[in-house]
Amino acid sequence: MAALYEGYTLCGLVPTQNPPESGIQGIELDRDDDRVLVTDSTRSVTVYKVSDQKPLGSWTVKQGQFISCPAVYNSQTKEYVAVTNDNVIRVWKTEDVNIDQAFKATVSAEIYRVHSVPDYEPVVLFRRGGVRYLDSLLTAPQQPIEEVLLEDEVIRWSTMVRTEQQLLVLFSSEQRGKHFLYVQRFSPNTLVKHQLEAGPHLSAPLSYAATFREEHIHLLYWFPNGSVYESVLPARHPAPAAAEEVQALPRSLLLQLPIGEGELRSASALPLDEAHVAVVGVSHPSAGTGKDYLCLWNTHFQTLQASRELAGKIYGQVWCYYGKLFVTHGKTLSVIPFECQKSSLAAALGKLKQTRTNESKGPALVPSWNTLPHGDKPGKSRGVTTRRTKLSSKHQITTIEQLTCTIQQGPVEEVEQKVEMFLIGAEQAEQQLAVGRLVCELVARCRAEPSFYPRVSLLQLADTRYLCHSVCPGLLTLALEKKDFRLCQVCLQLFPDIPEAITCACLKVILGIPDAELECVALEPDSLHLMKALTQGPVPSNDDGGEHNGFCPAPLEEDGGGSTAPDAKVTPAPLDTSDRGTKPCKDLPAIYMDCPVGLHKGALLNEVLQTAYSDSLLLPYLKDLTVTQVILFLQYLQFLYLKYSQDVLPQIQALRMPAVTQIMEWVCLLLDAHFTVLVLAPEAKHLLSGLHKFVKSQVKLFSELGKIEGSLQVLKNSKQSHQTGQYSIEVVELF
Amino acid sequence: MGEFTVHRVRFFHYMPSAVRALAFQPQRQKIAVARTDGSLEILNRADHLFQEKVIPGREQRGTEALAWAGQRLFSAGLNGELVEYDMQELREKYRLDASGGPVWTLTCNPQGTRLAVGCEDGTVKLFEVCDDGIQFERNLAKQKGRILSLSWHPSGSRLVAGMAGVIWVFDAGTGQSVHRLLVERGTGAPRSKECVVWSVVCLSDGTIVSGDSSGNVKVWDGDTGTLIRNHQVTKWDVLALSVSQDETSLVAGTSEGTVVQFQHLSVVLGREDKEWVQTRTFKNHTHDVRAVLELDTAVVSGGMDTQLVVRPLLDKIDVKTSASALRKIHFPHRRLVSCSRTARLLLFQHRIHLELWRLGESEGTGDSLPIKRKPEKLLHLKTKGEEHICCSALSPCGGWVVVSTVTNLRLYRLQCDETISITKVSKLPKVVSSANQICFSSDSSYLFTASTCSSVHVLALSQSGCTFVCTLKPKSCKRTYNWPEFLVSASRTVGHCVLDLVIVCVQAYCTVPVYSSGVTAMSINPATNNLFMVHADQQIFEFSLEQKQYTDWSRLVHRKGLHPQWLERDTPVTNVTFSPRNPAHVILHDMYMFCIIDQTLPLPERNSQLVNQLTLRSLPEKERRAHSHAFKICKTFKELLFVELLEDQSLVVIERPLLDITAQLPPPVRQKKFAT
Repeated sequence: MAALYEGYTLCGLVPTQNPPESGIQGIELDRDDDRVLVTDSTRSVTVYKVSDQKPLGSWTVKQGQFISCPAVYNSQTKEYVAVTNDNVIRVWKTEDVNIDQAFKATVSAEIYRVHSVPDYEPVVLFRRGGVRYLDSLLTAPQQPIEEVLLEDEVIRWSTMVRTEQQLLVLFSSEQRGKHFLYVQRFSPNTLVKHQLEAGPHLSAPLSYAATFREEHIHLLYWFPNGSVYESVLPARHPAPAAAEEVQALPRSLLLQLPIGEGELRSASALPLDEAHVAVVGVSHPSAGTGKDYLCLWNTHFQTLQASRELAGKIYGQVWCYYGKLFVTHGKTLSVIPFECQKSSLAAALGKLKQTRTNESKGPALVPSWNTLPHGDKPGKSRGVTTRRTKLSSKHQITTIEQLTCTIQQGPVEEVEQKVEMFLIGAEQAEQQLAVGRLVCELVARCRAEPSFYPRVSLLQLADTRYLCHSVCPGLLTLALEKKDFRLCQVCLQLFPDIPEAITCACLKVILGIPDAELECVALEPDSLHLMKALTQGPVPSNDDGGEHNGFCPAPLEEDGGGSTAPDAKVTPAPLDTSDRGTKPCKDLPAIYMDCPVGLHKGALLNEVLQTAYSDSLLLPYLKDLTVTQVILFLQYLQFLYLKYSQDVLPQIQALRMPAVTQIMEWVCLLLDAHFTVLVLAPEAKHLLSGLHKFVKSQVKLFSELGKIEGSLQVLKNSKQSHQTGQYSIEVVELF
Repeated sequence: MGEFTVHRVRFFHYMPSAVRALAFQPQRQKIAVARTDGSLEILNRADHLFQEKVIPGREQRGTEALAWAGQRLFSAGLNGELVEYDMQELREKYRLDASGGPVWTLTCNPQGTRLAVGCEDGTVKLFEVCDDGIQFERNLAKQKGRILSLSWHPSGSRLVAGMAGVIWVFDAGTGQSVHRLLVERGTGAPRSKECVVWSVVCLSDGTIVSGDSSGNVKVWDGDTGTLIRNHQVTKWDVLALSVSQDETSLVAGTSEGTVVQFQHLSVVLGREDKEWVQTRTFKNHTHDVRAVLELDTAVVSGGMDTQLVVRPLLDKIDVKTSASALRKIHFPHRRLVSCSRTARLLLFQHRIHLELWRLGESEGTGDSLPIKRKPEKLLHLKTKGEEHICCSALSPCGGWVVVSTVTNLRLYRLQCDETISITKVSKLPKVVSSANQICFSSDSSYLFTASTCSSVHVLALSQSGCTFVCTLKPKSCKRTYNWPEFLVSASRTVGHCVLDLVIVCVQAYCTVPVYSSGVTAMSINPATNNLFMVHADQQIFEFSLEQKQYTDWSRLVHRKGLHPQWLERDTPVTNVTFSPRNPAHVILHDMYMFCIIDQTLPLPERNSQLVNQLTLRSLPEKERRAHSHAFKICKTFKELLFVELLEDQSLVVIERPLLDITAQLPPPVRQKKFAT
């Protein structure tokens, strides 16, 4: 998973004459990871210390001159390099006060950019495509520079990539609507020209980015219609014969971003690692157009991982250095730290998914992964599809546009009817694309119009299993607001990517609602069956012996006798003191406790327990729970844990049930989040001591098991050595 | 290399005896080990703990205590006699009755001039060590009860004696007792059972440390006679104590099989006043630890479980070397088995008898072959007298058996066709009265016995009997070689390349250059007349007797260096033989593996895998050639006593599983263990 952290402002932007530009030409890395070199669009270069948000030094060129490309830091000579007036190279050091008095050299051709990566000599790229190392250029500034590009060809973008052994300069050019990519390699100098594929609806690419990983250069470029393409180039020298001609560059669709109406104008995409892309200038899929967001997308799973709304105008500029994104928006340059964890299917689906459920419905849980970008039709082997196709011939199929119109205006009944018809009629692939949009529209309408709530439609749409939280972020919160717990349950079951904040919100609502209110909600029968089985566990009888899973309550009481002597009256099951105060529960072992919550609440809590989460992200939200909620939840978890330790577990036949590790992790998280509160709260005391006793007995049991394991191991080993007798004749082969 | 039929023999019921006493000679780094059967072993600590010398014991005479007086070694036992050993001739020099009943303890003063003997009758007797023997000097004040432990004050002026329930401090000059320290029974011990002080140590500052049967290590102030500190280290007995030379560390051996270390440390950092603090516990024994030695960098311990454990104290050294690794010595570093290649006979040497076995036969194929004929025990040959067997040999043809004790050598003519008949060769030449090493020439026509004064006697064997040929005597007896090593080398060297030697002249043919480490096994390749030697530091040499120089292969080995894993092995090679079919194949073995060296193949690279048989097995046929090297090591068989290649290319492997040895030991002290 990826996350954006709280950002901060590095500096304000100087207003420029021509509004679509931000006022910043470029941001380059300075000598360490906490310093950046910001070149503004006119005349000055400033070094900032990022963590302190303050400038360390600034240099300005004379009136009449302008800086024509972003200044870079040459880590080899520890100097700054900038180009003024297109053909004058300026080199200065930190100590130099005035840039005009520093070293300068005029070259014979116009410079496009200077590129520098740490530990390598900077490279100068000329407007006409020539490339020189800076040091060789400065030794003979007036050397003739060859013209690589054709007459009306213009460089649009360039970058320098460091591979394992060498440097590569990549630049793209445009000539009469055709786009080319040049790859310049050094020693031996080779230049390879590739032509970018141009689709029928594609105009000029909006932004490019190139990264090197696994011996290949991955070029990322995206078009105003929201499609991000990736091309892979070998980093090594290509075969010499192929160098002469223009090669077509194969590409693959990496990501299709929802862009709403119209085309994108100023936007940029930046690959953060192999699976994550930062995108700036595209609206959030659920928010309306007109608002600009910084989004982190996972390209493997096509999921939105994190987003941040940016105030003010977006210029489509984004840089990334050492885990920080630099974004210009409005009148500020913001620094937003981020974190991308290694993306895996398990992380995307949630590590806490039970294997059983994964086996049965695993593939369906990932709605758009692997199917959308490549346009593959999903297998039509499912029985439902045939029924749907039959029905589709009878009904007049409503198109999505018609349906959206209905959703925006029509009454609840009509909407529900239309949606049902659409779901019956539409092809599977079509549904997959449309369901998300429909839900977004419905949620938007519900928000705008509090009386409007198409309960049935939402449930049907959620049941298609094509949804996930990033497709329709408002659905679960809406269901919570409307107290639609059936929908809540479905979402909790089916969404693999519910943010921890929402999970916690669900938990809070579920814990806060009275049991009576929940009893009337129709929940999934299987989950209720599980709860019934749990609450109707075998009634303890005296001849039973009372020993379960090695847990013997009688000696335990003796153990704890010293410490709990003052409150000896405390019943082992603290919950039912009020209900059956008449009967002293001394003889009732501590492992038998009643379910502290109703069946329905328990069923919903089970769903929460089975959602995917990352504990460090969940912890802060868990702190929002009130003391009573925490205690109730802990009691329920203890109840589950006790039940699981008894032998009722194998008797329960349920499709989905929380695993014992999930229960333990939640207990740990709750204790962690509310440690001080629980210590101080008097009502938590019994609960905690009961829990501790049980855990202690389990620890004892496992330590005994460990000892037995050692003995058995010895027995096993000793058996092997006694196989041979006093004399045997064997054959040994030596090689 | 191909397939080998392996006769896996486990019917040699070799049983080592328990370690009773240890003594260390710091100047020459020798450790003397006394075992309960009366035998004595000398280990050289400077030479990879190689067992240099063995003096066989005798029935009915166990050793209780050992003491070095300078270079001389004395022992005493419950038969009441003191013995001095002749380290050159490997036999007892003389024995002397201490006339005080059974002797329980013996100690020599640090100056090496006086021996103190603790006797059953309650006397401590002092003997003066003279040049040619020992002389009774005086009795110290007689006490009631037996003297069980003794320790000299490093100055030699005082003597501390441990008894049942009491420790006495004597003035060595006047012979009167200075202090009487009462040792209390442990709590809970029965009234009738007195606390026995098994071991005492007197330190130079007057402190006395005692170990007793109630499991305590007590620290006493020797000047005032008060108990300073008591450490309860075990529920059972503390049997042995040993202090390091600088008196900063002390180890105690207990009946539980643990060795507990104490260190003299200041309790508060930077303060001068120091205390004896219990620091570490080592558990390497299953039975009583009867003897311990603290050697500053290592703790040597031995006991009822017959093994000798060297536990290094170099814990802070990260680099794994032979000095920092734990070593356990289970088996003697010499051969107890001899084998007749052609007659398929095995001769096992026990303490007082020999066993002759004929190997079984099999037919069929597969990993484990069905046995057609079971192995047969042909002979059980008991020696006369009480002396233990020193060495024995079976001739390659299977027709002769020779066995020697310290005083007596017997030669037998053996005929085992259908019936077994054995006849003793009666008239042996008088010179050949005993031997330390015996071997036959490869065609069984000559017998070589290495005996006293570095001489080797040569006997010619024939149907009619044996005749004395000559005595080989090195011209310069005083060489840097130690005596028994030289004997080994002499006997075996000459043993094989006999004929031309004897016929040409009765002079040393040539001398192999001296090497610092002792020879653990050597043999002459009958096909090439190369002498193959393996040393205690695991180095390998091959010496051409014809050219009188090291062979090219040997030079190559030393130029390139042996593989580090080869050098790290901690048990010496105890036998070298050659393949009768391919003279380039040399077969070596130590306790954990046997190895066939193919001299035609390249040596293993330093960073490659040494034990690579499993890897080679997994490779396809074509790639094996590229990966194989000269050392073909097989670790399938463990705890090896002997490996030999028979005439028909089948191997004989004699295993003695340590578990079987442990099973024959008396039960250890009872300890509660889980699941027992």
